[in-house]
Amino acid sequence: MSDQKTPRRDFIKLATMTLGGVGAASLAIPFITSMNPGKDTLALASTEIDLSPLKEGQSLTIIWRGKPVFVKHRTPQEITDAKNTNLKDLIDMEDDADRVQNDKWLIVLGVCTHLGCVPLGQKTSDTKGDYGGWFCPCHGSHYDTSGRIRKGPAPKNLPVPPYVFLNESRIKIG
Amino acid sequence: MSSNDPQGYKKTLNSPYTGLKGWIDSRLPLVRMMEAEYLKFPVPKSLNYFWSFGGIAMFCLIGLILTGIFLGFHYKPSADEAFDSVERIMRDVNYGWLIRYLHANLVSFFFIATFIHIFRALYFGSYKAPRELVYLFGLTMFVLMMGTAFLGYTLPWGQMSYWGATVITNLFSAIPFVGDAILTLLLGDFNVGDSTINRFYVLHWLLAFSIVGLVVFHVITLHMTGSNNPTGSEPQSWDETVSFHPYVTIKDLNATIFFFIILAFVLFYYPNILGHSDNYIRANPMVTPAHIVPEWYFLPFYAILRAIPDKLGGVLAMFGSIAALGLLPWLDTSKVRSCLFRPVWRICVLLFAINFFVLMYMGGKPAEGIYVLISRIGTVYWFLFIFVLAPLVGFLETPRQPLSITNYLKAKKA
Repeated sequence: MSDQKTPRRDFIKLATMTLGGVGAASLAIPFITSMNPGKDTLALASTEIDLSPLKEGQSLTIIWRGKPVFVKHRTPQEITDAKNTNLKDLIDMEDDADRVQNDKWLIVLGVCTHLGCVPLGQKTSDTKGDYGGWFCPCHGSHYDTSGRIRKGPAPKNLPVPPYVFLNESRIKIG
Repeated sequence: MSSNDPQGYKKTLNSPYTGLKGWIDSRLPLVRMMEAEYLKFPVPKSLNYFWSFGGIAMFCLIGLILTGIFLGFHYKPSADEAFDSVERIMRDVNYGWLIRYLHANLVSFFFIATFIHIFRALYFGSYKAPRELVYLFGLTMFVLMMGTAFLGYTLPWGQMSYWGATVITNLFSAIPFVGDAILTLLLGDFNVGDSTINRFYVLHWLLAFSIVGLVVFHVITLHMTGSNNPTGSEPQSWDETVSFHPYVTIKDLNATIFFFIILAFVLFYYPNILGHSDNYIRANPMVTPAHIVPEWYFLPFYAILRAIPDKLGGVLAMFGSIAALGLLPWLDTSKVRSCLFRPVWRICVLLFAINFFVLMYMGGKPAEGIYVLISRIGTVYWFLFIFVLAPLVGFLETPRQPLSITNYLKAKKA
């Protein structure tokens, strides 16, 4: 009699605990999800930019989704540097052609992939790092003229945001 | 409490007091507890002033909570209003400047007291059996303290607040695969913003009171084993102890007053010396300050973070440096507790303390050249100390015979 009772009780205990666990986990979902960005934050703002005032060698910083976006009008020298890089020398291997739609215009998120600082290099007076692109002052990451990480603790290249050329001199980000 | 007396257990609840005191005490045994744990509680008679820093840290915590409550009456946790509300506290709120400067400087002094307290534990072997849990609760509080301090530093919404928060929260993006999702979940946005400051304010309170809860556990575990002392030898008789009150209460009060006089000097003459001037510039998400430095008490750990040339590795080393300290009770193989009787380990511990300051200095310097190299050496020593020296020195060293408390006091007098 008792041999039979014990496993039955064990089963009930286990079933109850499992159900309780599943219930607690389900209850946790809305609370955890509530911490994620709300619908207003998610509503993707897109930004249009006029590129015509930007001369060769100049850069512009614009705000998209609360983050800085670097728009760089690259010089022929900078384009050649970016194109002629041996992929094997890169930390995060990516061809320049995969990062631009038009060789003259490089558009990347201006957020260091290490710990989120804004790298220097947008102003002509800024230090541009060892590879002529950007230099993050926080922990010393160097980016090249294609926004690719070359030296320092950052693991990834500066990400390219989604954008389209509306015409020769207008782009829409987002 | 025999098994045929089901009411037996209640007899222990009968209070030794009479009157109102007795009435309360037999229902809520607080009076008895306070008397046993805080008035009559026996403490080794050989304690030196190193043993006052736990009490000092507790007074700092009380001060932080009090000033925090009054700051909270005026502070507004939103990206648009936070900076202005802090400036209002500084300029318009009656004595707001005093309360805020007290809060900001008390944190630093809380950390000073805690660092000395931890050093005391390392030097005199307070972490060793049977006090492992006292030590672990202490380390947990230290971690929570760092969390609370970090969250609190975000709240004024200055440049250092903003970029400090950005850099530190981005540490979570180092977690493989789910890092970015976790980061967004923590921030409530794609970057540090309004949602972030709102929740950081709530968490700042929550963690602060969690520390208070852990203080209770820290003290309960301490009172189970009793205090360690400079000799590391347990008291052998009542003669080797004194009662907590008035001996320790007066001594700790004396130390606390002295400590708070130094605080008052900093508070009234150099209230901003431990802060960073950039934090009086409103947060600007588009411009990173040329040189981001965390608060001084984070610098050693920041140096460890930057010493590793890999994002995930750096983050692991930084958190690991504190977690590893928690293993010390089991990695230290020596039978002798106190460094007074351990000639080799004593040098290791003192080097560890010096190394701590070296790392602190390196954490405040730019991450380049010689600074990185020294940070790396310091980081190596940190882990070497815990994982290699602790077991090895305990095994190889020949310690001196620890003195009893009575003989130690005699030797000191002579």
